[in-house]
Amino acid sequence: MEWIFEPWPWYVAGPLIALIMFILIFVGRDFGMSSNLRTMCSMCGAGKNIEFFKFDWKSQRWNLMVVLGAIIGGFIGANVLTEDPSVAINPDTIAILEGLGFDSAGEAYLPTELYSWEAIGGIKALVILLIGGILIGFGARYGGGCTSGHAISGLSNLQLPSLIAVIGFFVGGLIMIHLLFPLIF
Amino acid sequence: MRSIIYLLIGISFGIVMFKSEAASWFRIYEMFQFQSFHMYGIIGSALILGIIGVQVIKRKKLKSIDGEPIVFNDKDVSFSRYAYGGLAFGLGWALAGACPGPIFTLIGAGYLPILVVFVGALIGTYIYGLLRDKLPH
Repeated sequence: MEWIFEPWPWYVAGPLIALIMFILIFVGRDFGMSSNLRTMCSMCGAGKNIEFFKFDWKSQRWNLMVVLGAIIGGFIGANVLTEDPSVAINPDTIAILEGLGFDSAGEAYLPTELYSWEAIGGIKALVILLIGGILIGFGARYGGGCTSGHAISGLSNLQLPSLIAVIGFFVGGLIMIHLLFPLIF
Repeated sequence: MRSIIYLLIGISFGIVMFKSEAASWFRIYEMFQFQSFHMYGIIGSALILGIIGVQVIKRKKLKSIDGEPIVFNDKDVSFSRYAYGGLAFGLGWALAGACPGPIFTLIGAGYLPILVVFVGALIGTYIYGLLRDKLPH
């Protein structure tokens, strides 16, 4: 059972994600995480002025339970099932990241240069995380889904729109890391 | 009762996201540098099994646990919304190193600065709602 405390390999994680999607399908639901962001906006009263948020958000309570579970699962994964959270990425990747100033590469789960209170206190990391979040939320709703809704469920159902979106995800990611990162960091 | 099932599904999902390191900023960066098979293996194997499973459900006309026919809704046909939206999402995914599922997982894992990304994602969703009629779809 020692393996459970180690990072799980892709051939364990991928099939488990497919299994989770199929369980949701068999209870009559669709797998998709980003739609919860719309639900949360509606819960906060965004439907008062904006048509897009005027819908029966209570019909989405089931997905909010999935969200609550994902939070609890993160807690269990980090605190019960992990001894050493550092992520053993490719040494070549570590070298590139160190060149950009990410000295925590290879030694942490998230870069402390962005995800620590100390970093957030300096305005730069705060702005980066906020803009990143805005792009995620805006892009997911504009594009009609995120990694779970398009890359997993949509493509599983051979949807051409999902293929366009997933190509968009990758083009966006490649532009960010190869063209914009050297300017930002 | 059904709520417990959704909660358990979410818990399993959260554990898988954290333990597979799909919720790690570093794994996303490494993926876009094409320096590891890990993330491609996760998405690719989930997808291959997903395609096979969906075909089986459709051909065998399998029913849900409530005995209802399982219906797969086709996405609206369009190019611009998926291309522009996808591009924006990809920029944010690579910058923050998290997509919506892992954002929730990381809150639970105790990496609380992720709350900044979460608030940003809510603002971004709100901005979309605000601008929806003016954007090409």
